Amino acid sequence: MKLEFSAEDEAFRREVAEWMKANLVGEFEVLRFRGGPGDEEAYPALRKKWERKLAEGGWACVNWPQEHGGRGLSLAHQVIFHEEYARAGGPGRLGHLGEGLIGPTILALGSEDQKQRFLPGIREGRDYWCQGYSEPGAGSDLANVQTKAVFEDGKWKVTGQKVWTSLAHECNWIFVLARCEAGSKGHKGLIFLLMPLDQPGVEVRPIKQLTGTAEFNEVFFDGAVALPENVIGEPGDGWKVAMALLAFERGTSTLGQQMHFIHELELIAAEAKKNGAYADPSIRQRIALAWAGLRAMRYNALRMLSGTEGGTLPREGMMYKYFWSNWHRDLGKLAMDILGNESMVVDENDLTRQKLQGMFMFTRSDTIYAGTNEIQLNIISERALGLPREPR
Amino acid sequence: MDFVLNDDQEIIRASAQSFLNDHSDSPKVRAAMATPDGIDTALWRQAATELGWCATDVPEDLGGLGLSLVEVALLMEQMGQRLACLPFFASAVLAAGALREAGDADRCAELLGQLAAGEVTAAAAFSADDIGWRPGAAAATAKQAGAGWQLDGAARCVLHGSAADLFVVAARDEAGALRLFRVAPNDAGVTVSRRKTVDETRPYAQLTLKGAALAEERCLSGAADATVGMMKATAQAMVALAAEQVGAAQSCLDITVAYVSERKQFGRVIGSFQAVKHRCAEMMVKIEAARSLALGAACRLAVAGPVGDEDFAEAEAAKFYATDALFFCAQEAIQLHGGVGFTWEYDPQLYFKRAQATAAWFGSSSALREDIASRVFGQ
Repeated sequence: MKLEFSAEDEAFRREVAEWMKANLVGEFEVLRFRGGPGDEEAYPALRKKWERKLAEGGWACVNWPQEHGGRGLSLAHQVIFHEEYARAGGPGRLGHLGEGLIGPTILALGSEDQKQRFLPGIREGRDYWCQGYSEPGAGSDLANVQTKAVFEDGKWKVTGQKVWTSLAHECNWIFVLARCEAGSKGHKGLIFLLMPLDQPGVEVRPIKQLTGTAEFNEVFFDGAVALPENVIGEPGDGWKVAMALLAFERGTSTLGQQMHFIHELELIAAEAKKNGAYADPSIRQRIALAWAGLRAMRYNALRMLSGTEGGTLPREGMMYKYFWSNWHRDLGKLAMDILGNESMVVDENDLTRQKLQGMFMFTRSDTIYAGTNEIQLNIISERALGLPREPR
Repeated sequence: MDFVLNDDQEIIRASAQSFLNDHSDSPKVRAAMATPDGIDTALWRQAATELGWCATDVPEDLGGLGLSLVEVALLMEQMGQRLACLPFFASAVLAAGALREAGDADRCAELLGQLAAGEVTAAAAFSADDIGWRPGAAAATAKQAGAGWQLDGAARCVLHGSAADLFVVAARDEAGALRLFRVAPNDAGVTVSRRKTVDETRPYAQLTLKGAALAEERCLSGAADATVGMMKATAQAMVALAAEQVGAAQSCLDITVAYVSERKQFGRVIGSFQAVKHRCAEMMVKIEAARSLALGAACRLAVAGPVGDEDFAEAEAAKFYATDALFFCAQEAIQLHGGVGFTWEYDPQLYFKRAQATAAWFGSSSALREDIASRVFGQ
């Protein structure tokens, strides 16, 4: 157990920092610290351009193996990359789902042909992916899939509706969990499909959220087509693929997320200092709690990442989502309490306030998406502690 | 960079766990806490001398193993898990740590060697009430008297003080410098009296110094001011105690999961009710967060030179996280055990008392948070 970074690691850190310093400039300057949670609508076109810039610099898909165009970085270097990216104010990644979720899934479970066809588009910032899992009325009950895939004329025809599809309006591909065996229930009889969004029979409708912006979407399929060569795994085995993909969700990007959190905490502390709220003892207690929570998260993530060789979710991995989402929700409330009455005033000239207001509102979704708090606690109690499953 | 236990660390952790499972189960803890000094002396002899626990982070040239705070934290976690009635924290962490970090190398070498070998057991008196001490605190005043020193003062909560062979006392001299002294219980002007404690697994004693006359070489910090060294020793001790609290909290969860998995009500085991499951899961979340922080802070301090503000704040964070986690878990253990959770016969009460007894060490959680806030706001 050692957290020291070697001289070679530190040299790598400088390399990343210097590249960011040299490239996050000019037209990209406005992207610094933008596009995070609650700020997803910031400069989407420019952020895609930034993704291509990253790829040209060799900084996309850094954890992918070199033979597929990645950097094959060691864990330590991945940690350093994500930290330095976020420290420099690198914008929220639009390519995150491609790079972090579907890319690794294709690498692990896809055919050679699928690797050849899909990985370059993700890596080069040409293809943007979204996740077609959740359905209306299903919520966290992920296996309650009603969307149907029927095999006709050599193609899968998909009909149904997905919801809470983050950034679908900015994406051109979607991975879909659909029911391919009529009459099957739960996690049996599912298929995992890769589908282009720009085709007849697909409609994307943004959902306006309580933030006033639309990061989520509804996606409607009416006989949209998925080619048989774009099925991952065997038809009927979709659940296995979906679960494997979820395991990638706890990637090293969590460390970048934390650097973003540090930035938010710094903004909040600066506001408190500016408006005098820092003199309030209860505010001080909450600031310290937030500070310590960040440290706990960092070390927890490092434990989780250092210990994931076998691909199973370790104990510290099971609690991670529950921990950060509650922490972040508390941070949003703290920000508003520090701003006091001003927190309710919209000021178009105050970017910090806009950010904090957006964060406050957006964080209400942190404890719901990707498995609600209640589901998280079920997972922990059943899988980590071995308590009985919920009766079904 | 690697944040999992290496093979050697895993062996240390596992062997301590199996040793304590065999020799420090609930009946043995209960027997030890009923003895006058509250120590399982046979167990202590084994742990300190045969197993070499006290040598863990003592430098090799002084007869120690030259390991780090990480290994100490692993041992502390296991001791916390079993509530082992051992003066390890008092002697090997507090007293030896102060000597290692703030002592004069020549004057401390022999004593550190004896502590490492487990031949001598020390207790620490660092401030008047000890439990809430902060770096820079002192338990006594030291006046130069002839060629030596005269100490006056008292420490009311000296951990495992009644069975200690000697005390390491922090005292402030006439010039305002912090110094460490070696005091023996039978020195003239020294009285030691055992105090009855609520947490009987770890008793306190009162140490009173009235004109205690000490030869010059009893000043273990030499001429240097001990404040900076004591800051590091304090940070290390906070992390060690946090690790112990994590272990105790883990036990609370383990015994609770075992209980709710067996206890039936309304025709099913109560661990199948979501309300109960979620409370157990909340315990695990708090424990894993505290464990991550304690181990992270231990790694950080293991390679730190002089302790900086950030290092110290991280140790404080580890301590208050673990304090809050242990109290929460002990309270949940009582609640989820139902009526028997409130009885003497079941173990949750032991952990509950340990939780409260460790909460005040190094300052309350709110005091530690206030300290961190001051750093965040640059005050």
